[in-house]
Amino acid sequence: MAYNLKEVIAEKPSRFTSGHRMCAGCGAPVVGRMVLRALKKEDHAVISCATGCMEVSTFIYPYTSWTDSFIHTAFECAAANSAGAEAAYKSLKRQGKLPEDEHTKFITFGGDGGTYDIGLQSLSGAMERGHDMVYVCYDNGAYMNTGIQRSSATPKFADTTTTPAGTVIPGKMQARKDLSKIMVGHHIPYVAQTAPLSNFKDLYEKSEKAIYTEGPAFLNVLAPCPRGWGYPTDMLMDIIKLAVETCYWPLYEVIDGKYKINYKPKNKLPIEEFLKPQRRFKHMFKPGNEWMIEEFQKEVDSRWQELLDLEEITNRELNAE
Amino acid sequence: MSENINIHTPASKLTIGGNIYEAGNAKEFKTGDWRSVKPIYLSEKCKQCGLCFPVCPDDAIPVNKEQKREDFNYDYCKGCGVCARVCPFKAIEMKEEGGNK
Repeated sequence: MAYNLKEVIAEKPSRFTSGHRMCAGCGAPVVGRMVLRALKKEDHAVISCATGCMEVSTFIYPYTSWTDSFIHTAFECAAANSAGAEAAYKSLKRQGKLPEDEHTKFITFGGDGGTYDIGLQSLSGAMERGHDMVYVCYDNGAYMNTGIQRSSATPKFADTTTTPAGTVIPGKMQARKDLSKIMVGHHIPYVAQTAPLSNFKDLYEKSEKAIYTEGPAFLNVLAPCPRGWGYPTDMLMDIIKLAVETCYWPLYEVIDGKYKINYKPKNKLPIEEFLKPQRRFKHMFKPGNEWMIEEFQKEVDSRWQELLDLEEITNRELNAE
Repeated sequence: MSENINIHTPASKLTIGGNIYEAGNAKEFKTGDWRSVKPIYLSEKCKQCGLCFPVCPDDAIPVNKEQKREDFNYDYCKGCGVCARVCPFKAIEMKEEGGNK
């Protein structure tokens, strides 16, 4: 069935309610709500959440923003939690202790800190063991919950509280880790990189595929943070669009090892367009710092080229068979 | 459940393991008082295109069964302005909250 935004919103209930304490204009609840909308109405879900903004502000005792079962867990074991719950569910199903016509899906949410850094080992383990679950990383590029400390998802030159841009260092000195490709290296059935864009088709369809593909699936979703990135709250969707149009955040999916780039901009915008509205990159526009922008652009270009090459190579193998 | 538990509730009266037994009860917690600017919905300009439906972080744009949006739910709207910015028809206007008026 073709995607219809209005139908999805009107027909499917929100499983991530209002009344949470995320900041005004935060990208993460927008992502979380749409991912959950991809669930079939009649299916249950068990959600596990790594420590992070999304967990601490949606689950403040005695309130929960989740209409499904939710497990509040520590930073490093979100994926292990889902994996354990899924294993128990499978066993109970096998023993006939659960109704046969009802289905439960297992979804994990983690920020980039809980996914790229702290939870990486349990995520890797859960994916390798092949649990039927989805891990959703909402990537806002730093430890925003504790006050904007750099993570391995933070882009190079970004100004954070632990990599302050000044006369000593030019912001974060290392390049961003490419987690999506690490997950591709696990040879799991479905890996996708996406973002909530215009009518959310890309995010919804990928979430649906991830949830209803048997076996482990991983989604890496861009979720801008107005506080940490330093842009006016109303610019959320503009920032995401710029990230995609500059190829800073390419939209692609990898199904059984075959890359598919879902959107190739006709006119790839220069990276300045994405950097300029953000306070964390402000120092890059000072006279004498042009080399930073050049270096950033080079990095984006080479990663984009690598992705184009990967798409070609992995699909060529298919044709040769 | 949430109405009986507040900051003065002794530990012995809390739920075992800090479990929460009501799904989605965060709705009882109103976040509308965070707002300093307020979106005004101009229904006569609205073409019901749907672009603002999914962008609200606080789910404060009600959409009915006829797939049409209704006025804002100010109980939760935090005034971020994302909806106004994505509207191609200028059917949402941001206005400063006006004190106690």
